[in-house]
Amino acid sequence: MPETSPASPWRTTPLTAWHEAAGARMGEFGGFWMPIFYEGILQEHRRVRADVGMFDVSHMAEFLVEGDEAGALVDRLVTNWASRLEDGQALYTPMCRPDGGTQDDLLVYRRAANRYLLVTNAGNREDDHRWMLAAAAERPEEVTVRDVSAEVALIAVQGPGAVAAVENLADRAVGDIGYYHFREGVSVAGVRALVSRTGYTGEDGFELYVAAGEAPALWEALVRHGVQPVGLGARDTLRLEARLPLYGHELARDITPLEAGLGSFVKWEKPGGFIGRDALLEQKEAGPRRRLVGLRAEGGIPRAGYAVRRAGSPGQGVVTSGTHSPTLEVPIAMALVPRAWGVKAGDAVMVEGRGRTVPAVVVKLPFYRRPS
Amino acid sequence: MASGKVPEGRWYTAEHEWIAGDGTVGITDHAQDALGDVVFLDLPEVGRHVERGTVFGVVESVKSVSDLFSPVTGTVVAVNEQLKDRPELVNQDPYGEGWLVRVDPEEPIAAGPVLLDAAGYRALPD
Repeated sequence: MPETSPASPWRTTPLTAWHEAAGARMGEFGGFWMPIFYEGILQEHRRVRADVGMFDVSHMAEFLVEGDEAGALVDRLVTNWASRLEDGQALYTPMCRPDGGTQDDLLVYRRAANRYLLVTNAGNREDDHRWMLAAAAERPEEVTVRDVSAEVALIAVQGPGAVAAVENLADRAVGDIGYYHFREGVSVAGVRALVSRTGYTGEDGFELYVAAGEAPALWEALVRHGVQPVGLGARDTLRLEARLPLYGHELARDITPLEAGLGSFVKWEKPGGFIGRDALLEQKEAGPRRRLVGLRAEGGIPRAGYAVRRAGSPGQGVVTSGTHSPTLEVPIAMALVPRAWGVKAGDAVMVEGRGRTVPAVVVKLPFYRRPS
Repeated sequence: MASGKVPEGRWYTAEHEWIAGDGTVGITDHAQDALGDVVFLDLPEVGRHVERGTVFGVVESVKSVSDLFSPVTGTVVAVNEQLKDRPELVNQDPYGEGWLVRVDPEEPIAAGPVLLDAAGYRALPD
């Protein structure tokens, strides 16, 4: 994809010009000039929950890890157990630093025993690449790491209508692809795609990986078939309702996956261990000092960075993400709070920001689970 | 330039509020467009004294939170109670049903260094 436009310091995707021509409200995200919304965040959010919408998420970074030691390298890099995947299967995983802090969170696709695709966050692209190369340097003959982000575009089609929307345009069935599985070489609107049954909205759907140059043809075909474009604003409210973490908010260099409530993605028993295992094990045994909780507030939206306090309890927590929930129509947030508070669903806390304090209640996560 | 509709016969501030001759205060079309979907307003109660150029409330959209600055000094005599259940009125009708408060001003409402007429507001840099 074109890396930058001369008029702006931000990177562009193969669809940036389309978004601008469509009148999208644009903004920077992860170093890219991205659509925040077209019609409105609330409308777009509800469209995805009720029917189907599509997102340009071509800002995401893609890396090919290939060679006889590919599985071993990925297993060393991430906390989840990648080499145990079958060909055509994917997983979500944190990637930790030696101190247990989170370098990034990503999807790992096993294409073959010696070929993996890793999809990480745009803002961490260069740093992740260096991180992976450093780990690969221990056995350079057996494994290569290549940043293919510029060659790959990514369109997410999400919502209960996603299967029908993609099958309308595909040369074969895709509804039989299992959750967190993928199929390569599917022709969608004449564009060769890796079709993955994954997403970041809490809905059923697909992520379509295509050659950067072919993204506009696929996007326009989906538009012609009635799939509405949705911006990153609704992507954020959708993922928050589904309690999906956003790097830089629920996960960061100073937040471990255990604190973020992602312990089920840390595989202690994985042979050979992984970067950060010792520190994480120590934290697990001592008990993390913080834990991620859900909040439902009243009288204002708890925004990222606002303080969380509990009457009669020492210390304070911090809101990691907060928004207005379009589904529940109340302010919701996730926050890291001291574990010593021992809070459970129904407990009252206070959220402070911009000189105002609003009451909030601890609630179970996720805020939204799709009807099954 | 401040974009969006800017009706004549009202006064405007650089903070994108408007005030009508009867003391009714709201945010401009430009402001509601920049905010996106408005989902919550924190407005003063009737009887509160507000001061020109100082914060009298808060407007929250899905993405952002912004202070509301009073265009005049005076006393709040009415609050748009409809906005509690229908904050979207601020987006749909910023100069009509989406009004915020009505102020009984202690000073004349007239163009000057703080209040701009429609042409003056349109000419503001973004």
